[in-house]
Amino acid sequence: MAIAQAAPASWLYRWRRPLEAVALPAAALLAAILIFGVFCALAGANPLAVYGSIYKAAFGSWSAWQNTLIRASPLMLTALCTALPARLGLVIIGNEGALVIGGLAAVVAGLQLGTALPAPLTQIAMAIAAIVAGGLWIALAGALRHYRGVNETISSLLLNYIAIALMNHLVEGPMRDVAFVTKPSSAELDPSLLIGNLPGSRIHYGLLYGLIACVIAYVLIQRTTFGFAARTAGGNIRAARIAGLPVGKLTLAVCFLGGSAAGLAGMIEVAAVQKRLNASLVSNYGYAGILVAFVSRHNPLATVLVAILLGGILASGGILQRSHDLPDATVLVFQGIVFLCVLFSDSLYGRLPWFREKPAT
Amino acid sequence: MATEALGWWGVPLGILAGTLRGSAPFLFVSLGECLTEKSGKINLGLEGTLLMGAMSAYGVSYLTQDIVGSFWAPWLGVLAAGFGGMVLGVIHGWLAQQPRVNDVAVGIAMIIFGSGLAFFLGKPFIQPQASQLITFNLGAWSSNPAVQSALKVSPLFLMGVAIAPLLHWFFRATRWGLYIRAVGDSPQAAMAMGISTFKVRMFSIVAGSFLAGIGGACLSLYFPGVWTERISSGQGLMAVALVIFARWNPLQCLWASLLFGGAQAIGPAFQSVGIDSYYYLFNAAPYILTLVIMVITCSPQRTLIGAPGALGKEE
Repeated sequence: MAIAQAAPASWLYRWRRPLEAVALPAAALLAAILIFGVFCALAGANPLAVYGSIYKAAFGSWSAWQNTLIRASPLMLTALCTALPARLGLVIIGNEGALVIGGLAAVVAGLQLGTALPAPLTQIAMAIAAIVAGGLWIALAGALRHYRGVNETISSLLLNYIAIALMNHLVEGPMRDVAFVTKPSSAELDPSLLIGNLPGSRIHYGLLYGLIACVIAYVLIQRTTFGFAARTAGGNIRAARIAGLPVGKLTLAVCFLGGSAAGLAGMIEVAAVQKRLNASLVSNYGYAGILVAFVSRHNPLATVLVAILLGGILASGGILQRSHDLPDATVLVFQGIVFLCVLFSDSLYGRLPWFREKPAT
Repeated sequence: MATEALGWWGVPLGILAGTLRGSAPFLFVSLGECLTEKSGKINLGLEGTLLMGAMSAYGVSYLTQDIVGSFWAPWLGVLAAGFGGMVLGVIHGWLAQQPRVNDVAVGIAMIIFGSGLAFFLGKPFIQPQASQLITFNLGAWSSNPAVQSALKVSPLFLMGVAIAPLLHWFFRATRWGLYIRAVGDSPQAAMAMGISTFKVRMFSIVAGSFLAGIGGACLSLYFPGVWTERISSGQGLMAVALVIFARWNPLQCLWASLLFGGAQAIGPAFQSVGIDSYYYLFNAAPYILTLVIMVITCSPQRTLIGAPGALGKEE
């Protein structure tokens, strides 16, 4: 009886946790948009016109939606590279490197197999090569963390630079296609190996890969014993050890899964957009993926939404330059502001009066 | 290339020259990071601070060179770089000390924000030529032009070399040094002493960012002496690893910076004698070196000797 009285039946009260989890990031996003507007005004552009342009370029038409979704699909996958290890308490930022290594492995597999096998089989082989390569790349950072105590944030970031150097070395040297003069590149993938588009659109099937990967990641983390073990270890590693959880294996497995998602993003980029391996593969999808992961609070389903939102912002980079005379780095500034606002909103959980539990009277 | 006359001697000479030139940014950023981490907070955002410093230094030097002349303009640039760094430092220092905010995540956000801001404001300065800092020609005794150009030393580098022992003395022998170490090792004890952890950490982060901003000025006003968007290429983050390697000791930061500056020069040095087929792999040498050093020096069992006690711990 006393318990029933202590819990008021107000719907607001009952739903305060989920409401808080939606309202705070949304408020942070709104604050970021306002701060960005002030920034644009200082830079001499009309903030309302800039907002209008971003909306039009990102979500204003079917064509804009297609541009947005094309950019969102690698973002969903690279975000998982940060989001999954984060559930284990690791801050991995090697997304860009895993993407590059995945793209590299996919191109190597695609060029080696060529047209010897049926195209779908070769595509699967390319995807597996990318998944394994990207996975091992990030698992390396996880292994260094677990066995040597090396800070995984710094090691995974260093691995980015090493991956990019490796790719540059290969496309300038051993893998270079001398017939292609625009920039140092590998040979082109056979047209039969490219990922096609969804019927009636310019959106490639990579979007489906991203959506499926996010759903699998969500089920894995939230609905399986494996995910429960990983979250336990992330919450309190000492308790997890005492409970007998294999923390080392969990670390390696989760890092592998995260890296394999980013590796798959690399495969999609080479097989759907770039068609050959060159420096264009390094296009900041990795770093933007870190932002997506943090804004979605490492929840794989929220990742889908945030990736679409950020995909839209990335798609509007060109129009800001053309019609408002703002440098292309404007998009990067906006991303930075969003990131900072979202981090600040983290400190407000449980502190705002509307979401607070009723004080005991 | 002038080094051709020296044949294979060009390689060690090139590495020596590269060490003298390339270690200055490492030195400033690592000293700044050392100061910050001594207070118990990590600032990964120094990569963004470095870019912001490089851009402000170059921009201010370019804009003021007609007013104050080409000798003083770069020095104004150096000051601007420090202040640009401080602005980012204030944001980091305030946000990273909010409850339940992870300082590593703030650092990543500051990398994106700082580099974005630097590219945004620095767009007009990519083409024009700004006045560069003067250099001391320590190689004037030699008639060989390669030796002469190799031994051009920047006053900023010498300043960095002087700051390292000063900072060491500051930590060991001054009241403020003790405050910073107390806050970094045991915030509770510091609070019991009546020290404000917030103020001390804020001071350490802002002062560290000032140094890192000057590190950026080394890049754009000394070597390579231009402003481009790829100018820092992860040096700010390598400096964070360097501080771990140096065991949070400013004097060892100096030696470690020289080592990293040298590693960075391997690729160009080999290229200058005609070996360029592994150019990109040699250029990855500093990253691989950092990783190898971290693997050797870290341990999963014990905390590192010299590590501030509160580093990386939630309050």
